[in-house]
Amino acid sequence: MSSVIDWLDDRLDLSGLRHFIAEKGVPVHAQEIWYYLGGMTLFLFMVQVASGILLLLYYRPSATEAYESVQFIVTQVEFGWLVRNIHSWSGNLLIASAFAHLFSVFLLKAYRKPRELTWVGGVLLLFLMMAFGFSGYLLPWNELSFFATKVGTGLAGAVPFAGRALLRFLRGGDDVTGATLSRFYALHVAILPALTTVLVALHLLFVQRQGMSVPLKITRRLQRGERMKQMPFFPDYLLRDVLVWYIALAALAALAAFYPWELGRKADPFAPVPAGIRPEWYFLAMFQTLKLLPSHILGIEGEKLGVLGFGLAALALLLVPFLDRRSAREEPSPVFTALGLVALAYLIVFTIIGYRAA
Amino acid sequence: MQPTESELTHRSPAEGTRRSFLDVLLGSGFASTLMAIAYPVWRYLIPPLSGEPATASVVAAQGRQVKPNSGLLFKFGNKPALLVRTPEGELRAFNAVCTHLECTVQYKPDTSQIWCPCHNGLYDLGGNVVSGPPPRALQRLTVNQREDDVVVSLA
Repeated sequence: MSSVIDWLDDRLDLSGLRHFIAEKGVPVHAQEIWYYLGGMTLFLFMVQVASGILLLLYYRPSATEAYESVQFIVTQVEFGWLVRNIHSWSGNLLIASAFAHLFSVFLLKAYRKPRELTWVGGVLLLFLMMAFGFSGYLLPWNELSFFATKVGTGLAGAVPFAGRALLRFLRGGDDVTGATLSRFYALHVAILPALTTVLVALHLLFVQRQGMSVPLKITRRLQRGERMKQMPFFPDYLLRDVLVWYIALAALAALAAFYPWELGRKADPFAPVPAGIRPEWYFLAMFQTLKLLPSHILGIEGEKLGVLGFGLAALALLLVPFLDRRSAREEPSPVFTALGLVALAYLIVFTIIGYRAA
Repeated sequence: MQPTESELTHRSPAEGTRRSFLDVLLGSGFASTLMAIAYPVWRYLIPPLSGEPATASVVAAQGRQVKPNSGLLFKFGNKPALLVRTPEGELRAFNAVCTHLECTVQYKPDTSQIWCPCHNGLYDLGGNVVSGPPPRALQRLTVNQREDDVVVSLA
């Protein structure tokens, strides 16, 4: 091993890398536990890439064969059930972990200067993960996913002005058909992965470049001359990261083995909509909000207003580091803390209501 | 938690063995994780046997469809097969998969031979190699006529 490194060093000069590895440290303090969430999200994403590639070997993206090919994977291919369950569960855990990462970064104000771009990239990655979830949900072409996609893409039709065109663009036509499946497949296995790869690389590069953010309270203590402990990243912190990944892997394996993801019945456009149709849990809060909106508010369609609201909320989320001027000046900003807690409470409450209502 | 300078430089022999013991433990933990992942992936990659049964016999064509000195490709199970009527009027059938690199062979009326266009392999009308790279003769199939149906079956 060391001779291989010497050989490479001789040709590529690894002194910069070696210096980086030796110097990289992680601050040790009371809130340090939140640092693990980003790594866990990354780990689950890698699980998605690996299990997704495996599924590609047998999956067939067409309205006549998609359902049968997934059925084939889970019944005929050895360990196919495991691969599919891992992919489904890991996708859900990934989004949960990404949300937890987002809120922890938000509440610790880790987005403040100089990490604004890391935040923007991270929020975009969360949107991409949700797009992954939405497009992947349709691929087994079963009843539930078919109607959920009808409803979800139908919402795009409520976007002001461009709604109709957007709906046709998403569906590849006026209705959810095999053409929609082809589009969602392309999105899910080519377009989204390409975008995600670039954004993940940038996100990680920024984190490496800037090191871990330290919460405001602690930077104040540092300004008063207190010293902060650092832990070397290699190998101390990395081993702790690996430990967290093991916990995620164990949870994933247990869920995949004991709670298999149902395949349901094959989609039939002319069958009645099954009762209790609802999207995946991470869209439930939005779904429930739209349900509660009256059909017309001040002469505008409720749906349109809702979609507009979601759009504005997404934009506000992206721009948080630029809106929160106090944090940028390293001052406490209780307003943003309160906003974050309200948003968190809203998401949790509406998800629970949505879950119980459906 | 960090060992001090003196602890690092003056490590007792007992601590040395404890450290290498822990290293072995950690290493075997990683190795078994890798194996636990690699085994299902390996099994997953092996395609399951297809349920398609081997074909025993098919109706290849109507006898009058095949003129003397001509050939006709037909589906025999999941493989292509070639039905040939010799210039003398006799019907013969072969597995149309070339024994060289599995291209599909065809009838060559100008020389009354079976020809593989991929690497210019030639077989005579008994399926035997005349020239070119094929290592073996073509597999012959049994031809029977039932009224006008040409029934081809495994020999």
